[in-house]
Amino acid sequence: MPPHGLLRFFACLLLALPALAFAAERTPKPFIVIDKPGQCVEAAEIMRREHPDMLKHQRDRTMREGIRTRKYSLKECVECHAGAKTASVIGEKGFCQSCHDYASVRLDCFGCHASKPKLASGAKP
Amino acid sequence: MAQSCVYRELGGTSPRYWGLLALLAVPLALGAAAYFYIEHFGHIVTGMDNQIVWGMPHVFAVFLIVAATGALNVALAASVFGKTAYQPVAPLSALVSVALLVGGLALLMLDLARSDRMIVAMTHLNTKSLFALRVVLYNGFLATVAVYFWFMLERRMNRYIKPVAILAFLWQLVLVTGTGLMFGFMVARAVYDSVLYAPMFIAFSSAYGTAVFILILLAVCNWEERPIAGELLRRLKNLLAIFAGASLYFAALFHFSKYYLARSHEVGQFLLFDGGVYTALFWLGQVAIGGIVPLALLLRSRVSRRTVAAACALVVLGGVAQMYVTIIGGQAYPQILFPGMAESSSFFDGEIHPYTPSVPEVLLGLGGAALAAAIIAVALRALALLPERLDPTAGPQA
Amino acid sequence: MSADANEALSRRGFLAISAATLGGVMLAPGIRLIEIAGARAPEQAASKRVRWGLLIDTNKCAPGCDDCVKACATENGIRSTGHPRTDPQWIRKVELKDPRSGRAHSAPVMCQHCEHPPCVDVCPTGASFKRADGIVLVDRHTCIGCRYCIMACPYKARSIVFQDVTDQNPDVPRGKGCAEGCTLCVHRVDRDQQPACVEACAKAGHNAMIFGDLNDPQSEIARRVAKYASTQIRADLKLNPGVRYQGL
Repeated sequence: MPPHGLLRFFACLLLALPALAFAAERTPKPFIVIDKPGQCVEAAEIMRREHPDMLKHQRDRTMREGIRTRKYSLKECVECHAGAKTASVIGEKGFCQSCHDYASVRLDCFGCHASKPKLASGAKP
Repeated sequence: MAQSCVYRELGGTSPRYWGLLALLAVPLALGAAAYFYIEHFGHIVTGMDNQIVWGMPHVFAVFLIVAATGALNVALAASVFGKTAYQPVAPLSALVSVALLVGGLALLMLDLARSDRMIVAMTHLNTKSLFALRVVLYNGFLATVAVYFWFMLERRMNRYIKPVAILAFLWQLVLVTGTGLMFGFMVARAVYDSVLYAPMFIAFSSAYGTAVFILILLAVCNWEERPIAGELLRRLKNLLAIFAGASLYFAALFHFSKYYLARSHEVGQFLLFDGGVYTALFWLGQVAIGGIVPLALLLRSRVSRRTVAAACALVVLGGVAQMYVTIIGGQAYPQILFPGMAESSSFFDGEIHPYTPSVPEVLLGLGGAALAAAIIAVALRALALLPERLDPTAGPQA
Repeated sequence: MSADANEALSRRGFLAISAATLGGVMLAPGIRLIEIAGARAPEQAASKRVRWGLLIDTNKCAPGCDDCVKACATENGIRSTGHPRTDPQWIRKVELKDPRSGRAHSAPVMCQHCEHPPCVDVCPTGASFKRADGIVLVDRHTCIGCRYCIMACPYKARSIVFQDVTDQNPDVPRGKGCAEGCTLCVHRVDRDQQPACVEACAKAGHNAMIFGDLNDPQSEIARRVAKYASTQIRADLKLNPGVRYQGL
């Protein structure tokens, strides 16, 4: 399929990232389980293609201007998409990481951002 | 004059040259390994902490950058101030300048705690930051020197040298001033907070740059047994003596001003008398090894190549000591939030902060210096930058 | 003004004002007599009409008490790694002693949220910035970890994170390699709460810290600043910090 071909192409381009290259013996399949079915903030096609822009746009508005609408906030993504078992969006089968591993695109958010929803992370509500 | 001398690439037997490169590859490889090590584990593996946030890589980087601007002095003396005696060595001077700058800048970039975001450093520029301004200044300086270099090498462009050299001169002046002020404008720290840093760094820059330049000139001439005129050597040694003397003068003025004024007396006392390793490095390193001894060597009327080389090496060592005192000592001295009060806290307020450089940091720093050396070695092999003979038969010495 | 007089005055003033504030805030949910400055909808940007600040009364701040520091650590997910020299500190208690008179006191010091912050001036990428309402923050997305802000801050208020951070508070992203400092609990301020340190100080009954809008003449902080002598740390640098101190 063409989208997969494109992803493979990018995967090859980005194989310079050693961590991901070592982690993947063979190209892994994305593991997408949605524990909370229902409608995301936009249609799945749009989300797949445009979530980085949405997040980036939202991050600048929140960071710089203090606008804290929930619709496109990363916190809300994590809230909804954290796996039922791990309560996280990262890890081998995490919603975010599994797909990013597959596409071989570095996932830079969760070095700083919590990968678990608030209650599960142990922080007080 | 340039026209009458024959410029030649670095020759020598191939194994000898490759041996040199292999020798340089060792610190380069170690530096690269140190970078990846620090990048992977974070700056926790360095001697730095939240009190001393700039460590050995900055000591090396700032030394290289400050020396880079000064290394151009010899070329500028020829092209701007008409000292034709220096003309034959002007291209080498420009090369050393560029190489040192590249080495220093690479170090600054590799020491970033988020060096994976180097591209951000290029694409987001805060125009009010002297640090960011320096990114512009450095790149502009590199470009200007590159054009100047080209005009020197390309005979047809020789006649346009002067305007470009004047631009390079002014650019160099602004650049060193900016580097000095980066420290001088840090009013938050008692060791900095003085505009004297600007002229002082101009003097340091001239001394360190000239010393590195002469060392490389002598090394090349020794390598291939190219003769150097006594006259050129005499001029170079006098030039270095003037710069070393000026450095001592500004260092004395700076420390005296800190010590004399009541508001900064305590920090002056710290640097001059109570600072332990910093005091020792100041008196022994910066003043004695980097100033008085080389001056004593250089001011004798008859000097050999070897004596000049020794003086240059001492100036470089003194320069590294000075950078250590300025950068590490400047952070080791506690920040004073409440003047006149004795402060203490869990964040080490009011204490002299300890610092022990770690091996990876030092290797990274040496790697930067090796990068500069490697650039010079490769460029000298590839381009004819230095005359075959630097003695009077090569052309009239003014 | 002597410490005692200051204490008496400020306590009286404080009681009166707190009564008024409590009345104002608690009249009914959603209805306030005194509108807390900055109460704004999530889609509204921070306003430059507001200048958030703190007023810290060191007469009420007991030496050795670190309730504010603990509250900050809990709220912002700052945990000791066992390396005190490399651990970041957003707020610390500085114990002070005048060597001439022997007078000892104590003050919490955090990011002073300057009007002219040196960290913002020096930041090469513009990651260090001041929000419209005066809160000074680090944009970790563009911070390259050069540490120049730490060098330039007169208050030792900035730290760099040396090691990987896990289990962050979802409201407070923090990670290795970026500079950070007190955010004035911006995530709480944006939903009309007080910074964690101020809340903890009040909860423990010390009431040494007041948070509010310095630009709103009706706010408690502005009225106190107008009435009583307060100082800024290193006022000589003319950075005009938003954090003020009484009794220093």
